[in-house]
Amino acid sequence: MQPDDTDRRLLRHWQSDPDLSMADLAERAGVSASVAWRRLEKMRREGVIGGVRARVNWRALGYAVQVSLRITLEKTNPRAFDEFLVAARTIPEVNELQTFLGRVDVRLSVLARDMGHYQQVYREQILSLPHIADLEALMHVAEIKNNTALPL
Amino acid sequence: MIELDEIDHKLLRALAQDATQSAGALGRQFGLSQPATWRRIDRLEKAGIISGRELVLDAEKLGFGVTVFLGVKLATKGRVSLQDFERAVSAIPEVQTVEHVLGLYDYRLRVVARDLSDFERVLRRRIMTLPGAGDVEANVLLSEENLPGPLHHG
Repeated sequence: MQPDDTDRRLLRHWQSDPDLSMADLAERAGVSASVAWRRLEKMRREGVIGGVRARVNWRALGYAVQVSLRITLEKTNPRAFDEFLVAARTIPEVNELQTFLGRVDVRLSVLARDMGHYQQVYREQILSLPHIADLEALMHVAEIKNNTALPL
Repeated sequence: MIELDEIDHKLLRALAQDATQSAGALGRQFGLSQPATWRRIDRLEKAGIISGRELVLDAEKLGFGVTVFLGVKLATKGRVSLQDFERAVSAIPEVQTVEHVLGLYDYRLRVVARDLSDFERVLRRRIMTLPGAGDVEANVLLSEENLPGPLHHG
């Protein structure tokens, strides 16, 4: 399926205001409610729309520290990626996990209540992950822009 | 900061996966009445713990085949250059997230593009020309998982 201009217009309005009701969304996109419903239902079925999720503000939950750990793995072991990822998923403080093509192989986003807690997670859980060749940390200072919207 | 119990954690975890679930359906799942569930969700929103909702789209199916994370170092530092950089970089539609970080780089950006040549265009024409931009490191995203994070489950 190739989304057309109407589909894109619906998605553009919806992603800029995910709380919109179907009627308001249809009105903004300039289509009838039944057309909007049919289009969105089709895109949902085809996996273009994955759903709507709540955004959790970890800072408000008491997690003041967020660190991006950029990790290079030992690539001599063909199982390195899989074994590393399986182990990383079990650390509760890891809330994002990405793999890359580039100088960095994997990035983990790690949440901690304070620096003491971070140090504990880092020493006891991160450093015991398998196959780490190199690791560097970027400490999150501020979020300047966070808009997962696509430039449709 | 408000105290959360295990049920709040379960609600958060469920809503972070699917925010379209009704208070009634969530209540049945966790053994609460519909009004009690609604009150808990309302409390999480008022405390800013749920900061909003977002639509999850499949970028690739919409023609954005490439996502790149960039580490950007500023060539010149100072209050004015940070502000200029932040304002200019936030205005680029292909740049989805901008984080100010401490470490090897000053900023971490998430950039979407149609393909690698489109990414090259964004990088050369828009990012390298930003006020104060210095060294840039690019890593192309291969896979991504969002995990629940430190929330209780059961």
